Amino acid sequence: MTQEALFAGFGGQGVLSMGQILAYAGMIEGKEVCWMPSYGPEMRGGTANCITIVSDSAISSPIISMYDTVVALNQPSVDKFESRVKKGGNLIYDSANILNPPTRDDINIIPIQGSEEAIKLQNTKVLNMIMLGAFLKTTNCVSVENIHKALETVFERYQKLIPLNIKALEVGMSYVK
Amino acid sequence: MGEIKLMKGNEALAEAMIRAGCDAYFGYPITPQSEVLEYLSKDATQRTGMVVLQAESEVAAINMIYGAAACGRRVMTTSSSPGISLMQEGLSYIASAELPCVLTNVVRGGPGLGTIQPSQADYFQAVKGGGHGDYRLIVLAPSSVQEMVDFVRLSFDLAEKYRNPVMILADGAIGQMMEKVELFDQMPRKTEFPDWATTGKPKDKERRYITSLHIQPEKMEEINKHLQAKYKQIEKDEVRYEAFNLDDAEYILTGYGLGARICRKAMDILREKGYKVGLIRPITLFPFPKKVYKEVADKVKGILDVEMNSGQMVEDVKLSVCGKTRVEYYGRMGGMIPSPEEIVENFEKLFIKGEA
Repeated sequence: MTQEALFAGFGGQGVLSMGQILAYAGMIEGKEVCWMPSYGPEMRGGTANCITIVSDSAISSPIISMYDTVVALNQPSVDKFESRVKKGGNLIYDSANILNPPTRDDINIIPIQGSEEAIKLQNTKVLNMIMLGAFLKTTNCVSVENIHKALETVFERYQKLIPLNIKALEVGMSYVK
Repeated sequence: MGEIKLMKGNEALAEAMIRAGCDAYFGYPITPQSEVLEYLSKDATQRTGMVVLQAESEVAAINMIYGAAACGRRVMTTSSSPGISLMQEGLSYIASAELPCVLTNVVRGGPGLGTIQPSQADYFQAVKGGGHGDYRLIVLAPSSVQEMVDFVRLSFDLAEKYRNPVMILADGAIGQMMEKVELFDQMPRKTEFPDWATTGKPKDKERRYITSLHIQPEKMEEINKHLQAKYKQIEKDEVRYEAFNLDDAEYILTGYGLGARICRKAMDILREKGYKVGLIRPITLFPFPKKVYKEVADKVKGILDVEMNSGQMVEDVKLSVCGKTRVEYYGRMGGMIPSPEEIVENFEKLFIKGEA
């Protein structure tokens, strides 16, 4: 099985981290992984995205134009990447501040009230983990246990942040049936 | 099995440099390869005692490489396109003086200051000799983060075997992306140095002398003949490439580095569509794997060369097949990357629908 995913949003929302945590978890699970960031002049406030591929077999191209799943954290990302979801694929997005929701009827459209849930958790920075939770539940591409292990690596120096991030993951997962 | 890590291409290259027992790194930051110096600055010196120095410019860095290489040390520098251009004079001197060293070019879009996005536009510069004079670099083109590790060790070995500079020709995407890598164990730094190294004149031995200046043309021609003989030997013994599905191939896709990875996916899509497509991926760009192209030329209907430039390697492909089969090019320029679907579309347009 291969999952070709794209995470997109504003710089500073943690979209690159979402992909990286997924890639770590995939590696821990013994899968092939590839994480390819957009590394242009993006910065806080600009747009940022990363492609993350998790596969049971060797990954050929790290550059792809159609994705199994797109996770969009803002309107520009929804606009830009809705057409890049493969037929039957998933478009997961944060429904806050979305004036023009996606309209395709040949893909699974999954709105998540991510920003609102993040406010409830009293830390807007965990939006990315809420969305990653929704992604995990939708795709089942790596196990939650391995995401936990990945967090321990990524938050090496900030172990105290792990419980909050796990909580955020769970909130995101609870949104997807 | 070695240690497994998830690493960026640039970080993996830097880690491999430390583990290969590199004695000194001289460099200057430039996107998209700045992580190399950043990574080495952390603890490379504490780990192996190697020198890590940010020079005042690329020109200074390559001349520091010249000096340290003349002492028989394992030395390396990295940069990206505009910075590599600045190093060309020094590189020509190093090639003439026959000193081993390794350079990595994490190529970005040009010409000029260009863009920081990935590109393959420096093929001519790397392969045909970007500096003055008749010299060659051995050029290796990694197409994965794993090869950013493996080729560092290989490059040092080749550089020392032939007393010749080796270039790892990567690109911004290979430098920036993260993949799973297996690292080799730490190798000790050298304690003995070759008999040509200028390590101080012992009383009972001849003075050792390293230079690229030979005023007498008779002498300079001899040196040129010697260099050319060496390059011939390298062309005979060091060709490396990877090939897929050549047995039943009616068409060939070809590309190097990141381009070859994208072609691999395009090949899979084309095979699903029923076209018998193979893939040739040169690993060494000099020496170029001429023979494999020559061999397939008699059997296939056409070759599509894919590059992230205006078509540079395609010239070597054409020289290799000597007009025996049709050779076409498709590519993007200036930091844009072709998608597998684009390659498929252009393949069909060129070879199937006949709209050449």
